[in-house]
Order: sequence, then structure tokens, then C-alpha cells
Amino acid sequence: MTTTTTRREPPLVSGGTEPHGHLDELREDPIGLMWRVRRECGDVGRFHLAGRDVVLLTGAGANEVFFRAPEEVLDQAEAYPFMKPIFGEGVVFDAPPERRREMLHNQALRDKFMRGHASTIAAEVEAMVGQWSDEGTIDLLDFFAELTIYTSSACLIGKRFRHQLDRRFAALYHDLERGTDALAYVDPYADIESFVRRDAARLGLVELVQQIIDRRLQAGAPPEDERDLLDVLMSIRDEDGSPRFSTDMVTGMFISMMFAGHHTTSGTAAWTLIELLRHPEVMEAVVAELDGLYAQGEEVSYQALRDIPVLESAVKEALRLHPPLILVLRVAKEPLEVQGFHILPGQLVGASPAVSNRLPEDFPRHDEFLPERYFEPRAEDRANPWTWIPFGAGRHRCVGAPFAMMQLKAIFSVLLRSWEFALAQPYDSYRNDHSKMVVQLRQPCAARYRRRKIP
Amino acid sequence: MKVIIDRDRCQGHGVCESEAPEVFSVSKQGVLDILDDAPAEDLRGQVEQAVRFCPTGALRIEED
Repeated sequence: MTTTTTRREPPLVSGGTEPHGHLDELREDPIGLMWRVRRECGDVGRFHLAGRDVVLLTGAGANEVFFRAPEEVLDQAEAYPFMKPIFGEGVVFDAPPERRREMLHNQALRDKFMRGHASTIAAEVEAMVGQWSDEGTIDLLDFFAELTIYTSSACLIGKRFRHQLDRRFAALYHDLERGTDALAYVDPYADIESFVRRDAARLGLVELVQQIIDRRLQAGAPPEDERDLLDVLMSIRDEDGSPRFSTDMVTGMFISMMFAGHHTTSGTAAWTLIELLRHPEVMEAVVAELDGLYAQGEEVSYQALRDIPVLESAVKEALRLHPPLILVLRVAKEPLEVQGFHILPGQLVGASPAVSNRLPEDFPRHDEFLPERYFEPRAEDRANPWTWIPFGAGRHRCVGAPFAMMQLKAIFSVLLRSWEFALAQPYDSYRNDHSKMVVQLRQPCAARYRRRKIP
Repeated sequence: MKVIIDRDRCQGHGVCESEAPEVFSVSKQGVLDILDDAPAEDLRGQVEQAVRFCPTGALRIEED
């Protein structure tokens, strides 16, 4: 007599009777859908996405399995079909952890470059606010999206390239980010406006990069110490003397290098400012902290790498409540068991920062902005390594997280010491637009600024 | 005290190396090597800083 073990399929959430399953709901109210999965199914649930199963994991135990799984089991490369038309052919979406580790060490994100980056970022913020009057209104999305195009291009590609960019690059880049409709799971080239604009924007960026290359070719090679990544890529030639990398490929590399750190940092900066303006007592504490730390005339490049505990806790809380990525995905390559449920090869598997970051069992008063939850000894971020996951966790945790935190500290060190801000709209009119996989603030999202009167 | 590393979480940022160079070393390939997994008590302050500032929370101290 043999015993058969029944394969327990993760329970399926209600709804999703349309042809593409829960796709429309994912495009309209993804966070609502993911909470319903947790409510109806528990830590391991399932929804339908355009003919595929997505197994959604939430809660510390299930998340730990997700984030610890090696590539051979849960693969990231194929999970995001909406990225391929953005990066273009030949640009890998993701590298295995070993390669990522090498890249981290060979690249601009190394710890030893951070101080230079902090000074670059402070200078970029100064340049942006240098164009302001004594008072005025900004759109938070436009402002921070443009700023972070300059900071990420300057730090990751080089200052020379950054100074050949202007607002046009930021506007085209924004169209690329808007081209991440989940409809890509059905057809990444479907005839919808956001995809048409995405493809036009990519061509526009290639054209801008081509103009920069042409100017450089005319001007001749710069001195060795001024060369940036574009100079290096232009100098690499095949045996027959032709350039190894086409402008299309170079543009794709730059788009992909800047992608992870752009909308994420931009959105977090905006949400940090919004939450500080919604909580004046926290804003007051942050400004007092900055005034104290910089009282002796310290450079931002020095201070942004050190503890700024109240500001950092406000940034962390903005990240927890408004994570820039609300759903991270993998494709199962091998069968996997999570809490007695079987995941099959080919199924998509997801973890949700938007849900996990707000689990009431891990984060008391989970919907409230409470920066003190990060103070010792509570330290709720470190206490919940598998559910405090704005940067993901485990082997795929965002390698740019330390850079991002430094950048946010540098940005607010400049902004909040010289300027006062106020919300220009009703408090609860600031919302994220979840209609695309890349989450952005919904416009209008205006704020007023005024030059600070130093007492 | 014993230093424990969670290899699934280490990404080789090298913050531990800056905090406690006698205990941690990160290779050019970004692989962390623990030079002394049972450091002397006078290094405790440094090791605790390394644990605290590890960007991926990959380190912990286990008491003997």
C-alpha cells in the first residue's frame, strides 16, 4: 500500500473572473488586492495574472523563504517583462548575487566613494534651489524627479555627462517610468498610450545621448582625470576599430543603471517631506537636529555619512508607509514548499512591501507615521528583518540602500536648513498613482517653499 | 563572544571592515572573510558597531 501526499495548492483569492484574471484589479488597486489575498488566504495566497498564477507571500515566515531562496529556485530575471522595452535588447535586468557583489565593489556604489557622492548631491540640490525665488510653489514629483536624474547621473555615470543633460532628459525618463503598465504581462508592446510614449521616450533618450557623443567626438578626448563612464564606453573598440557599443546599447546601460535609484529616491524624498509637513512636531525635531549638527559649519559631505537619527527615522517611516516598490516578483524555477503549500515551476511568486510593512502584529499602530519606532531599543526595522522590507531583504536586498539613505540625508540637510515648506493642497490629497508598476506620486502634488529666516 | 555571519544576507558592502578591521576583511570580489570569529573582549565596541551598521543586518554576536 502506498501513501500519496496531496499537493496543497495555495488558496485562490476571490474575484478575477475577467479574461485576464486579476490583472485589471492589479492595475487599479494593487494594494487592495494584495490585502484581500492576505485576509482571505493567509500568508500564502494566489491570484491570476494574465493566464499565470501569482503566489503572494506575506508575513515574516513566508517572506524569509522568499528572500532567502537562491536564483535556481526563485529567479528574478524573467519576472518583470515590462522592463525589457525600457532597457532594450542586450541589457540584463539582473545579475546573480555573486556578480552583483562584484559590481558593488567595482562600481560607484562602494563605500569609499560615498563622501564624494554626498558632496555631488549637495551641490545638485544647491543648484536646483539656486533657481528659486524667495518664495514659490513646486510640484513635488517634478522637482524631485528632476533632481534625482541629476544626482544619479552625476554619481553613477559622471559629472561630465550630468552637465550635458537638462530637463528634457528628466521628462523623457519620466515617460519611460510611466510605461510600466502591468498589461505588459499580456503584451509588452500592446497598443496603449503609455507604451507608445515609452517607446518614443526611449528613442528620444538615444537621440540625446547621440548628440552628447557627437559633441564629444568633435571636442576630442578630455584629460584622463575628467573622463566619465561615457568616455570610457566610447573608447572601447572592436578589432576593426568600430565602437564596441552602439548608442542604443549605451543608452540602455545608462537607463538601467539609473532606474533602480531614480523613481525610488525621488518618491521617498517627496513622501518624507509630505509626512514631515503633516507632522509639524516631527519636522520641528528634524530641523532642530540639523541645526545642531551643522552648527559648527560641518560639510554636508561629512555629515550625510554619519548618524542623523531623527531625520533617518522619518525617512524610514516614509519608506515603510509608502514603499516605492509595492510588489516584488520572482519566477519559480523549481518546486518550493511554503508553510505546507506547494509552489510549482513557472508560477510567479511575489512579496509585498506595501502589505508586509504595515502588518499590525509587527508594527504597532501600523498605519501611523511614528518615527520613534526606530529609536533604541525598539528599532522596529532591525527587529523585523523579513517584514520591514522597503529595500527588500536577503540576498537580493537593494544594494543601493546605503547610497539612497545617504542621498536623502544630503538632500534634506540642504533643503530644510535654508527653506521652510508648506503643503499647498489638503493633507489627504497626496496619493500615489498605482496604475503602473512603477509607483509615482499622483499629480498635482504641490508644496510651497519660502526662504527660511534664520533667527 | 562569537561573531556569526548570515551569508544569505551579506552583500559585501564592507561597513564591518571599516568598523572593525581586525575582525572583518572584504575581498575585491566582495566576499566577507571573518579574520577572528572569537574576538577579544577589547574589540567588543568595534564589533558591536559593525553589527549595528551592517546595511543588510547580516552579522550578529553570540555570547559564549
